[in-house]
Amino acid sequence: MELDFSPVLAGWADIAHGAAVTIEVTAASLILSCAIGLLIGIGRLTPGRSVVYGGCSAYVTFFRGTPLLVQLFLLFFGLPQFNIMLPAFLCGVIGLGLYSASYVSEIVRGAIQSIDRGQMEAARSIGMSSSLAMRTVILPQAIVRMIPPLGNEFIALIKNSALVSLLTIDDLMHEGQKIISVTYRSLEVYLVIALVYLMLTSSTNYLLQRAERRLRAGGMVQ
Amino acid sequence: MNALSRELAPMGDAPIVRIRGLKKSFGAHTVLNGIDFDVALSQVVVVIGPSGSGKSTFLRCCNGLEQPEGGTIDICGHRLVDQGVMLKEQSLNALRTEVGMVFQSFNLFPHLSVLDNITLGPRKLRGASKDEAAAAAMALLRKVGLEHKAHAMPASLSGGQKQRVAIARALAMHPRVMLFDEPTSALDPELVGEVLQVMKMLASDGMTMVVVTHEMGFAKEVADVVVVMDAGAIVEAGPPQTIFSAPTQPRTRAFLQAVLSRA
Repeated sequence: MELDFSPVLAGWADIAHGAAVTIEVTAASLILSCAIGLLIGIGRLTPGRSVVYGGCSAYVTFFRGTPLLVQLFLLFFGLPQFNIMLPAFLCGVIGLGLYSASYVSEIVRGAIQSIDRGQMEAARSIGMSSSLAMRTVILPQAIVRMIPPLGNEFIALIKNSALVSLLTIDDLMHEGQKIISVTYRSLEVYLVIALVYLMLTSSTNYLLQRAERRLRAGGMVQ
Repeated sequence: MNALSRELAPMGDAPIVRIRGLKKSFGAHTVLNGIDFDVALSQVVVVIGPSGSGKSTFLRCCNGLEQPEGGTIDICGHRLVDQGVMLKEQSLNALRTEVGMVFQSFNLFPHLSVLDNITLGPRKLRGASKDEAAAAAMALLRKVGLEHKAHAMPASLSGGQKQRVAIARALAMHPRVMLFDEPTSALDPELVGEVLQVMKMLASDGMTMVVVTHEMGFAKEVADVVVVMDAGAIVEAGPPQTIFSAPTQPRTRAFLQAVLSRA
């Protein structure tokens, strides 16, 4: 048995296209994930056992407690029963975003809780409302602490995005499978695909580390 | 500016802070057991007493950081809390702009420069422009002797410098009364003086102040009234000469003996 990469290399344009789609899906779901994660995370910090707290906790329980693939299939194959037919790309983005948001919300909650209580007290004692204090005092500090765990989550998101190939989206994984169906070169194709995923995850990691270093150098962290 | 702050007209002889029957407990533990107390305009009140006597809780009740279960607190003629019911959020925030608070652990905002720490409140809450707020902040920094640190980050300051910035930050809101919660307790001994110096200056400017402290020298020198607290109650209150030289209560004598024999 010998490795022959030539059929893979011949399909480089398809792989590049797939990588671009993977980046698009991941980036869009990342934005969704951060926005929802932030809201859910803050919602879980509301005092007492309020409706908001209950709703946000239920969200985390469901989306963190069921397989991403099941959630994606519910959106893509389940919703059409109600005559709701979303484009595959949108299903992928929503599915990945909602799933990842459940993890991001816990990161947000943990980071906010790690900020010294005195910070909120100082802000409130000046006369700030709790939402103004959250925006101007707590979150800017908490975001710096969110970066390392968010990095993990983003990388997981990139890798999890391979599942959207099962929704007929032409992502990196799907393009690879198309090449295999013609060339039967599974090992070579999957090795190249793995390498491309690795490039995506390590460059994300690199960018996040740089961002963290810059924020720390700027005195954002005590 | 909000309606509440505009209403805060001069009140003649009415006290700035008026407290009646204040009660507060954490679970089964009673921390404040019926406090009655007034602070008049330009008065400097120093609260002393053993740790766990409820001094800090008492002070934190005065700007709504703690919610008492019983009694009333009036600040500048506005009822902050009435039998466990706090002022509504918006009015509470407005009232807090009138009450400056300085914490033991400084609580500067570490992600903002010294200047931005001071200008944040005036800009976000008083509608001051960036330039106005910066000019006012520089004047305050000059007052506390830290003009040269305007663009420094809090992490690069000493404890004494941090606390002076925290005082400037509170003053930037032009409060009617300043609350100090053990402002020098977290400082190295050689840095205590610079903070007390700023507080003395404020007192001589006529600022109304309530100070919880263990600095007996400051109490003797600056206080108009010294309040001795123990076990959630006021043991006695009076001018510093009386409290320090002729205390009437045995608990005051015991406390002063323990504190003053230390030196």
